[in-house]
Amino acid sequence: MRTQLASGAVGRAFGDRLILAATIALAIVMVIPMLWAVGLSLKTNQELLVDTQSVLKAPWTLINYYDILIGSGVFRWLLNSIIVSTGMSLGVLVLSSLAGYGFARLEFPGRNVIFVLVLFGLAIPEQAVILVRHQLFSDLDLHNTYAGLMLPGMSAPFGVFLMTQYFKAIPTEIDEAAMLDNASRFKIFWRVLLPMTLPAQATLGIFTFLHAWNDYWWPMVSGTNQQMYTLTVGIASTQQNFAESAGLGYLMAQAVFASLPVLIVYMFFQKYIVRAVSGAAT
Amino acid sequence: MSTAAGQLSDLGRTRVQPARAGAQQSRWSHMLYVAPFLFLYAALLVYPLFAGFWLSLHKADLFGGRRFVGFENFERLSNDQVFLGAVGNTFYFIVLTVPALAIIGLGLALALNRQTRTAAVLRGVFFSSSVLSVTIVTLLWKVVFAPEGGFLANLLEAFGRPPIAFLSSAELALPAIAITTIWWCIGLPMMLFLAALQQVPRELYEAAALDNAGRWKTLWHVTLPSIRRTFALVLIIEVVLQFQLFGQAYLMTQGGPNNASRPMVLFLFEVGFTRWDVGYAVAAGQILFGFIAIAAFAQYLVARRKEAF
Repeated sequence: MRTQLASGAVGRAFGDRLILAATIALAIVMVIPMLWAVGLSLKTNQELLVDTQSVLKAPWTLINYYDILIGSGVFRWLLNSIIVSTGMSLGVLVLSSLAGYGFARLEFPGRNVIFVLVLFGLAIPEQAVILVRHQLFSDLDLHNTYAGLMLPGMSAPFGVFLMTQYFKAIPTEIDEAAMLDNASRFKIFWRVLLPMTLPAQATLGIFTFLHAWNDYWWPMVSGTNQQMYTLTVGIASTQQNFAESAGLGYLMAQAVFASLPVLIVYMFFQKYIVRAVSGAAT
Repeated sequence: MSTAAGQLSDLGRTRVQPARAGAQQSRWSHMLYVAPFLFLYAALLVYPLFAGFWLSLHKADLFGGRRFVGFENFERLSNDQVFLGAVGNTFYFIVLTVPALAIIGLGLALALNRQTRTAAVLRGVFFSSSVLSVTIVTLLWKVVFAPEGGFLANLLEAFGRPPIAFLSSAELALPAIAITTIWWCIGLPMMLFLAALQQVPRELYEAAALDNAGRWKTLWHVTLPSIRRTFALVLIIEVVLQFQLFGQAYLMTQGGPNNASRPMVLFLFEVGFTRWDVGYAVAAGQILFGFIAIAAFAQYLVARRKEAF
């Protein structure tokens, strides 16, 4: 019996090793495209025209990164992305918190019907509304403005749904206790309940920020002026004319440079980002 | 005091204040909390949706010229080979990506569901691509697939094989986009499965260990049955996500060669934003909406049946 168990344990340990080795191999495959791009970015454009196998051999150079620093739209695009993503996230947090509290705690005529109508919005894909929305923004002269880039994201009902659920989960005894202290409705919302929803705020904020940062279609058709490009649109604009553009090494350096902010943030806040993305999906 | 509290809870969790004079007025004022969101929701989602229904019955262009044509746009769609091809491509793409995402995601979750430093780092690696934007992802994979100087071309050359032009081949373009997409999106299914695996009761594993059940037996009889609902959920979520394929195809192949990799959303984009045949594009959007609404309803049904499943 004892020997049987021991041999089973050995087999198990060996199986574990094998699985780990296979997973590590897959992880290496996973990072190859990223490493390849980094490698290309460290070579001069001229050298890459002749042969890309030289990536594996010295000398490497930072000339492409230097070229980005001295003259490139990347910084402007980065700034635009930061403004749009931050603004949209703050907007979503404010609107969703107010509406979530309203739907979860307050009574007003037609509340349940309205809430169901908002839930239906979860099933409306952007593609079904984008053309009319585009015309609407043309009529309102909102294209090529920050407001025009931020507003569509704020109309999505997901945040309201999330915050309503969260407020509902807070026991009403807490409101009642505050009510006895003669606190006003808004004060209860602002001082008592809102601080209790911080985990949900973090989830929603991160999710919205990432979504805005990576959004492509709307910023492409709304912010058509090069000065209003977000990072995502700007990088796309450089690869449209892939062949005749500034050169492979320069393009790759731009891609690496553009990925750095979000990858650095990801390294530090991985736990929260993963939680936000997977929490939002279910 | 205690009776008052009892009455309050009888009134339901939403009304915490006893009715008093002027309560009706204050109820209307409660709407101020939801009004800012409702305004944006109505203006930017509900109005465009219904205006879209109406617009799809018109021949309309960019300059506001429109003529009522009934269901002519939908009739045209049903005979448009490019559109029908795009519908076919979209479903083919779903077949290429969704099962692979679910199975690889589950495999990674099973392999990495442990509390070691290595597992944590590997989880981080497999999720890292998910935070990149579609334009970075396509740029990276274009230089992997490129027949001249691409990573795979170099690899093939090392084995003495000629390079393959993945993205300009009618057979390989969509599979190449699918590989790119699986690489980009694998983090989410992995994390959803990991979360589900954490929920499987310890006692089940302890019981299996007492029965001397081996690795595969435990997997087959304990783990997999416990995460059935998550599996269904992952499949539906991924169908909804991959149905909306746009950026990868637009940036890697522009739908080519010969329409071989053009998905529905790209068709809609081209008709609406480059040919400005707005009514026709909106009609295509309605059909897309119909497909996604069905999947979203299925998701709702699965998500609701928490225990029964």
